Amino acid sequence: MTLTELLRTAGGDPATNAGYRDHPPRMGFFTDTSVCIGCKACEVACKEWNHVPEDGLELTGMSYDNTQGLGADTWRHVAFIEQRKQLGSQEPGVFHDGRNGSTAGGSSQLRWLMASDVCKHCTEAACLDVCPTGSLFRTEFGTVVVQEDICNGCGYCIPACPYGVIDQRKGDGRAWKCTLCYDRLSVGMEPACAQACPTDSIQFGVLDELRQRAAARVGQLRDAGVADARLYGHDPDDGVGGDGAFFLLLDEPEVYGLPPDPVVTTRDLPAMWRHAAIAAASLAAGVAATFLGRRP
Amino acid sequence: MTPPEVTRQGVANPRPGRQAPTGGRRGGAEAAMVPEATFDSYYGKPVINQPVWESPDIPGYFYFGGLAGASSVMAAAAEASRRPRLARASKLAAAGGLGLSLLGLIHDLGRPERFLNMLRVFKPTSPMSVGSWLLSIYGPLAVAAAGSEVTGWFPRAGTAAAFGAALVGPAVASYTGVLVADTAVPAWHEGHREMPYVFVSSAAVAAAGAGLLSAPVAENAPARRMAAIGVAGELAGSALMERRMGLVAEPYRRGKAGALVRAGQGLAVVGAAGAALAGRRSRLAAALSGLALMVGSACTKWGIFEAGLASARDPRYTVVPQRQRAGTVGEHRTGQPPPG
Repeated sequence: MTLTELLRTAGGDPATNAGYRDHPPRMGFFTDTSVCIGCKACEVACKEWNHVPEDGLELTGMSYDNTQGLGADTWRHVAFIEQRKQLGSQEPGVFHDGRNGSTAGGSSQLRWLMASDVCKHCTEAACLDVCPTGSLFRTEFGTVVVQEDICNGCGYCIPACPYGVIDQRKGDGRAWKCTLCYDRLSVGMEPACAQACPTDSIQFGVLDELRQRAAARVGQLRDAGVADARLYGHDPDDGVGGDGAFFLLLDEPEVYGLPPDPVVTTRDLPAMWRHAAIAAASLAAGVAATFLGRRP
Repeated sequence: MTPPEVTRQGVANPRPGRQAPTGGRRGGAEAAMVPEATFDSYYGKPVINQPVWESPDIPGYFYFGGLAGASSVMAAAAEASRRPRLARASKLAAAGGLGLSLLGLIHDLGRPERFLNMLRVFKPTSPMSVGSWLLSIYGPLAVAAAGSEVTGWFPRAGTAAAFGAALVGPAVASYTGVLVADTAVPAWHEGHREMPYVFVSSAAVAAAGAGLLSAPVAENAPARRMAAIGVAGELAGSALMERRMGLVAEPYRRGKAGALVRAGQGLAVVGAAGAALAGRRSRLAAALSGLALMVGSACTKWGIFEAGLASARDPRYTVVPQRQRAGTVGEHRTGQPPPG
């Protein structure tokens, strides 16, 4: 098996590629941010279920988001964006011409965007590729999980992740992130965040079904006049082979702190090893060459 | 409510502080370096997480690994060409460099007692796994070569170990270039084609410096030539790398990283020039040149390390190149939803 074959899983099922013969379908999250109300029940449920320690009790002053971002002790993060931008407004009691959802052309001067971010459980996961101990592994559900009894805290997964998800826990030394509630999935339950979400902004299920549902939802929103609605991480042909946890966003990804076009770093690894081999040979040849010639 | 405006008469409709609009749409607090590259961010927060690798552990691991790997090649060549003092100096530099490199790597682990988990699997997709296996092959060879040199025991086995270390040494010096480049850190990954060449050149500079510092002038001619070739390679590789990087090369020129990179290149040039001009006559000049080369190589590795950290901190370096790749940089992309 070549390195390229080891790395490329695009188009295939990640659990099958990881060597599972008989495995359940790939599970994932579809986070529909258009119905997120920013209640942060997902953050709380995640912490409660997974015993995730406190991640800092501070007021950022930038918005209602005091969590700030994903990390070792934050496996769900609700982003909160305030924009001076017309979203459209509802007019109570007025006939809506058969449309559901919001109607455009209102007078609202401001909109709030809320989005619950989480580990993307990439099809081509850089954290998993670069982990030197085998602590990070692919589960039978196609998700990516850290084995905490193996991790030696080398920290390589942290700069490898193009989304800024995984991080090292202070005072513990190991790397931690969302497990997509591997323990709950194993007994047929849905992850804690999805179960706690009061608006079904976080939807858990078989990834193929979620992708169909998301395509229908984005079409519904566009028909209702929400031209900014778009899916993020749903495409199996993107730079990470598609995300196991993907999103419906109402603005550009970077507005939510997401990279606009992430590419798994290991796509370039075969080229890097080639350059390293040539560089090593050049070093050997170069040093040997300095010993040629006359002795003084 | 009317939004605040700045007019010739002053600020109209100012908001009280607690109503100030949050989260400026422009990311980053500094003025734009590249004016056309406007970009959005989440309150200026970085997209990727900061590497938790610490200084001096990890840059030291890169630097001493390079010093060791290149010194092993020099030791074997010196042995073959009957330069015993240079061979001895290089073997000691290799063993010392290896020890300090491993120390940096292990000390930086969150769980140092689990270091041996590095050898639990072999993963060609993980440069750190490949590197751990390389070091576990290279380490005993380098230590045996130096040990035999110092004690005089088992001279033939020691020579064999020295040649074995010379075979693995170049890989030890170059894999760390892949290790940094195989990340989402913009200033590291965007240099992935050139990084291994910069790393081995810098390693050659360090090993040449160690040779000049500790070998007599009668034997230091190869080290002087190696310094010149190494510095030329490092300068050329860095220039090519920065040119290809575009915007992401900025951290290599600014702040702490920029100062380290400039110091590294300056010291390397001074060291190589000093060695070439006076290294064959004056033992002191050779030693000082060697010291400058070693410090210069260390500064280069530190500068690359710091440039990566700086590029990870600023979302500009993550967002703008990705937007440029998609061909949508600077467009007004977030229009109003169409009426109706």
